[in-house]
Amino acid sequence: MRFEPALSPYLRPETGVGAVMREVSLALVPAAVMYFFFFGFGILFNIALCIAACVAFEALALRLRGLPVAATLSDCSAILTGVLLAFALPTYLPVWVTITACGAAILLAKHVYGGIGFNPFNPAMLGYAFVLIAFPVAMSSWLPPVIGDLDYVRPGVFERLTYLFTGSWPAGLELDAITRATPLDLVRTAARDQLMLEELRSASPLFGDFGGRGWEWIGNFIALGGGWLLYRGIIRWHIPVAVLAGMLIPATLDSLITGGASGGPGFHLFSGATLLAAFFIATDPVSAATSPRGRLIYGFGIGLIAWVIRKWGGYPDGIAFAVLLMNAAVPLIDHLTAPRILGHGR
Amino acid sequence: MTSAPTENLHRLPGGLRLPGFKAQSATGEIREVPIPATLILPVRQHAGSAAQPIVAVGERVLRGQPIARAEGDFSASVHASSSGTVVAIESRPIPAREAVEAACIIIETDGQDQAWEGLAPIANPLAATPDALLEAIGGAGIVGLGGAVFPTLAKLRHAVDAGVDTLILNGVECEPYISCDDALMRNHAVEILFGTRIMLTALGLRQCAIGIESDKPEAWAAFTEAASIEGDDRVQLVAIPTVYPSGGEDQLVYLLTGREVPSGGFPSDVGALVHNVGTAAAVADLALTGTPLISRIVTVTGEGIAKPGNYRVRLGTPIADLAAFAGGYTEHAKRLIMGGPMTGVALTDDALPVTKACNCLIATGPAVRTSFEPERPCIRCGECARICPVRLQPQQLLRAHRYGAGDTLDGLGLIDCIECGCCDLVCPSHIPLTQSFRDAKLARRIDVYERERAERARERFERRQEREQARADAQAAETERLKQGANPDAIAEILARKRGTPRGDDD
Repeated sequence: MRFEPALSPYLRPETGVGAVMREVSLALVPAAVMYFFFFGFGILFNIALCIAACVAFEALALRLRGLPVAATLSDCSAILTGVLLAFALPTYLPVWVTITACGAAILLAKHVYGGIGFNPFNPAMLGYAFVLIAFPVAMSSWLPPVIGDLDYVRPGVFERLTYLFTGSWPAGLELDAITRATPLDLVRTAARDQLMLEELRSASPLFGDFGGRGWEWIGNFIALGGGWLLYRGIIRWHIPVAVLAGMLIPATLDSLITGGASGGPGFHLFSGATLLAAFFIATDPVSAATSPRGRLIYGFGIGLIAWVIRKWGGYPDGIAFAVLLMNAAVPLIDHLTAPRILGHGR
Repeated sequence: MTSAPTENLHRLPGGLRLPGFKAQSATGEIREVPIPATLILPVRQHAGSAAQPIVAVGERVLRGQPIARAEGDFSASVHASSSGTVVAIESRPIPAREAVEAACIIIETDGQDQAWEGLAPIANPLAATPDALLEAIGGAGIVGLGGAVFPTLAKLRHAVDAGVDTLILNGVECEPYISCDDALMRNHAVEILFGTRIMLTALGLRQCAIGIESDKPEAWAAFTEAASIEGDDRVQLVAIPTVYPSGGEDQLVYLLTGREVPSGGFPSDVGALVHNVGTAAAVADLALTGTPLISRIVTVTGEGIAKPGNYRVRLGTPIADLAAFAGGYTEHAKRLIMGGPMTGVALTDDALPVTKACNCLIATGPAVRTSFEPERPCIRCGECARICPVRLQPQQLLRAHRYGAGDTLDGLGLIDCIECGCCDLVCPSHIPLTQSFRDAKLARRIDVYERERAERARERFERRQEREQARADAQAAETERLKQGANPDAIAEILARKRGTPRGDDD
């Protein structure tokens, strides 16, 4: 009797790229629900728009490069990039800015280098940094959380849609009346004005228990999603732990030295994109270091640089730049942290 | 005999917990396969050089009679596994990873199974000298029965020369589906222990560890019982965690002793000698009855086989005969794998014979992948490096291989890859990593060979150039000498040359 030829091993692989990307995207669902709860429909609109734009750009790039479109799209990496961008971008952003971010992420960061697996930089962070530099005002307009005791003008559905598609609020609404500085902005200003953090906290209803009101709850649920990914073995502990250590160690020391005049570890942990970066962005395998030691260095670098930018830099949050800078260092880190092969000299 | 606590084991980097698929074949029973009509005995059933046939076509041979003699130090002899007539000695395909042929001695059996009168048990085996033991083992064609079929004699000789201090018996059997060693240990623990003691005594060793994977409680119990009958303080039973590939030779040495077998070296380089439990049983068999290696236990399993189980099979039995005895194939039998599902070889034809290397035959069912999934680019997730039991970085090796960076491959430890297949299983991009590394090793060998050949050619060329240059220099020097008229005889010499008179004794 004749049998088919084959090459070992014959057991099925345990998982696939598509399954991994889908699970990472789904791990953000609880955080998206929290986001919706505190900040309204904006996040859902953003997620839908970013996914659509990223998938469209990916399909376009694959088509232009003469690669199989449907088969490659099924790796779901464009969907994940879209979800991450939606979380990174402000909730209310003119649509062309959002689409530009998606285009930069998929075309500039990914396909210019050869598509999935070959991009040295994190696509979502490159897209984010691109529009942050190109549209600084729009990118720093954040709505405050939907909480009763905040006095600010809440735009209606029509006003919001007008802004999304025209980039300007209808007559009678001023940007300053609608948006609010984020807690990270406030802390920066406060530090410049030599204000103690406690005074600031008590003066502003935007602060919660640790970080920004609403934001800290989103942070909790992002961490929950991250915990799920760790439990499932989709990400490993090294990068999240190192990112948090890189940010929280200097923040703790700084807080102790300045006697509370700067944001402490709790504040930094629950503000801005710290938790999102630790569990979902820095853990992007393609642009991260690969060995366990390398990942510790890589993650710590991201946390530290982000903290430095928050403290002294020109931007309230520095996660995107920190990630991109450490992405650039990955080849060197990989080279220096190659594990010792069993049976080779120490 | 004592049992060692598992806490003392060294932790192997990487590895995978694989589904066992062993229950279907591990019934504890070993069924005897009847003598087939035809035996096909390849002269190459072992690692090393092929044996030389010493029988002629038409000759009657008896069970246990040597029919091919080991050729050189790294070879193993072959014996007739039943009585009958040699009807042909011809080149035929043999079960191997590559499509290879080797001379096969074809015996038409007569069903009498008459034993050869030359079978010689080892006299007083527990007091055998190393030389007596080595001679007997060499004559019996015993090879490592774990699947690597390394000639046991060569291994023992090397161990004696290297001065090993520890004997390790490998009863780990970590690869899914395979249960032949488990069956052997359950039924023949006494023989294994006896073979172990013969080797310990002959080699003058003080300690031996028998490693048994923790998922084989029956085998453990069998050993405990065997030891209660005739124990030995030198032998220790050690439970090995059920992690693939703990049963790899170098991996087992590391687990038990913490010693790392150096790159490109052997366990004897770090004082260890590893034998499969089946090899120890073969030594016992030889010592007690003089029977050379003419049969082995084969696990026949998989969803494609009607009666999975363990079978004692005479070497040379066509796989088709064995499969028929095991109830025949079911409709799932799409593939036939010799060995385990991680490292085994897919055979395309069941007319091939069972050889010394054949520990397991799997007719594949649904749990085994039926085709390679489409490959995607590597996303550098690093899982392959995390589970690599040798601590390689498969993703880097793959990149170097695909971009043709041959020299980089050496630095990345290509030759240290044990081809265990773990990386393929965790790769989310479904890249056939193990096969890539097999290809890369071959390419690297060709590369090195080509380079050496080019180097030799270059040296030859340079030497010729040097000779020519020397000749030219000598001529130039002479011309110069003549020009300057330093030699008063020069003119006379030129004139003499022009006249065609023979030159002097120079040149």
